[in-house]
Amino acid sequence: MTALLELRELGVAYGQIPVIHKLDLVVEHGGITALLGANGAGKTTLLRAICNMKVRNSGAILFEGRRIETRQTEDIVRLGIAHVPDGRGTFVHLTVEENLALGAYTRRDRALVAQDFERAYTYFPRLKERAQQQAGTLSGGEQQMLAIARALMLRPKLLLLDEPSFGLAPLVVQEIFRILRRINDEENVSMLLVEQNATLALALATHVYLLETGRVVMDGPASIVSDNAAVRRAYLGY
Amino acid sequence: MEAFLHQFLSGLANGGIYASIALALVMIYQATHHINFAQGEQGMFSAYVALVLVQAGFPYWAAFLLALAFGFVTGVIIERVIIRRFEHAPVLSVVVVFLGLLFIINSLAGWLFTYNVQAFPSPFPPGLGNRFLSAHEIGMIGVTLGTLLLIYLFFRFTPLGLAMRAAAQNPDASRLVGIRVGWMLALGWGLAGATGAIAAIMAAPIVYIEPNMMAGILLYGFAAALLGGINNPWGAAAGGFIVGVIENLAGAYVVGTELKLSVALVIIIVVLVTRPAGLFGYTIMTRV
Repeated sequence: MTALLELRELGVAYGQIPVIHKLDLVVEHGGITALLGANGAGKTTLLRAICNMKVRNSGAILFEGRRIETRQTEDIVRLGIAHVPDGRGTFVHLTVEENLALGAYTRRDRALVAQDFERAYTYFPRLKERAQQQAGTLSGGEQQMLAIARALMLRPKLLLLDEPSFGLAPLVVQEIFRILRRINDEENVSMLLVEQNATLALALATHVYLLETGRVVMDGPASIVSDNAAVRRAYLGY
Repeated sequence: MEAFLHQFLSGLANGGIYASIALALVMIYQATHHINFAQGEQGMFSAYVALVLVQAGFPYWAAFLLALAFGFVTGVIIERVIIRRFEHAPVLSVVVVFLGLLFIINSLAGWLFTYNVQAFPSPFPPGLGNRFLSAHEIGMIGVTLGTLLLIYLFFRFTPLGLAMRAAAQNPDASRLVGIRVGWMLALGWGLAGATGAIAAIMAAPIVYIEPNMMAGILLYGFAAALLGGINNPWGAAAGGFIVGVIENLAGAYVVGTELKLSVALVIIIVVLVTRPAGLFGYTIMTRV
């Protein structure tokens, strides 16, 4: 497999405060890479850096072999990178349908976009029932589904997911991760997943990176990382 | 009874102008959380452009459309060149910038077009009038209602209108779906500029044109926006018509014409004290 996204010696700072130091990371075509780490390890910051949101970068970010680290957020989206941010980025005063339409804002293929509404509703039937409802009235789980569905409306090559399990009931989380698995299987959308829930992330991912205070302390195929005794103690609790 | 009906309807006609100004104020407020004090002067300047074009021999409606285009373009330029730089500035700095704009545009108009009060043509044939309303008042209601309808359709049904609403609500999430938020703000300024131009051009035949013509109207528009709800465009537009009627009835039956303008101030104070969110607005709650 080849790299879809590659970070080389990436350094990230908020103003003068460095958060990530010389980090190397790869997301392969069709792969799911998970980034594990405690609060404050720099996971969210890393995703923001890829989209050039409110952070300062050094080093290189390559997407499909092209350097993108100096491009603006709006242009990075147009390359096919969809970001499901922390806090979900819901437009709470707009309807579910309008939120989905915004996901396809950069696309000009109207006919295919119409089909993709149906596709989104197939993955998330509950959103169809609520299509005309204000997004702010949805439950937390439904809003997370909406955020993922909106990201899919871009027809992205790469999906950046920032803690999709955050604040949700275990059953809802399982449902969402099942759907993420399906999306990856059926459409070959690559994913970079940030999670605190290591069990979930290790089950879904093909490759795992462990992040501690802005540095990678271990990485490898998910099966090998989850067999590591230290990882089990620190992240899985057994 | 007939006199009352006359005052009521004529209040609705003026209300259309206040509604347009209120809508322009709200469009900018929703995106930036600032009140553009220069909104009235921008409209006044566009009205002068229309007047100059008419005097140069342009047909009225051609001059009208060109003046709207002028209002739109200057709105975009003001946002891109000036307001943009104060994006993260403290509120008071921004207020000073808006006041500065107000005086600059006002003085520029006085310098270019003099402070003499001039008549301004009305495009509506006198036969349109009836015993309650003059031809211009009827035409004015039509134009302002048409403007409100067009703006509503634009925001409600076009992808660009949706993107502008999204950019005003959640700029970060908007960037993540690829919306160029900066341009959406500029476009909002442009639309507000054109809407303000319509208000000024429709008001000019009644109040006559001079650089200070919009001072009172802006105050009424501000009262209308507050009354209807500063975060609800359609509430603000409705507020415009309500303020227009209140102003006319109070002027005719309660306080007399000399004190009409203070009615706007009373409305502003009463709304701020009793119901700060306005009649149709909502209070933004933040979880802490």
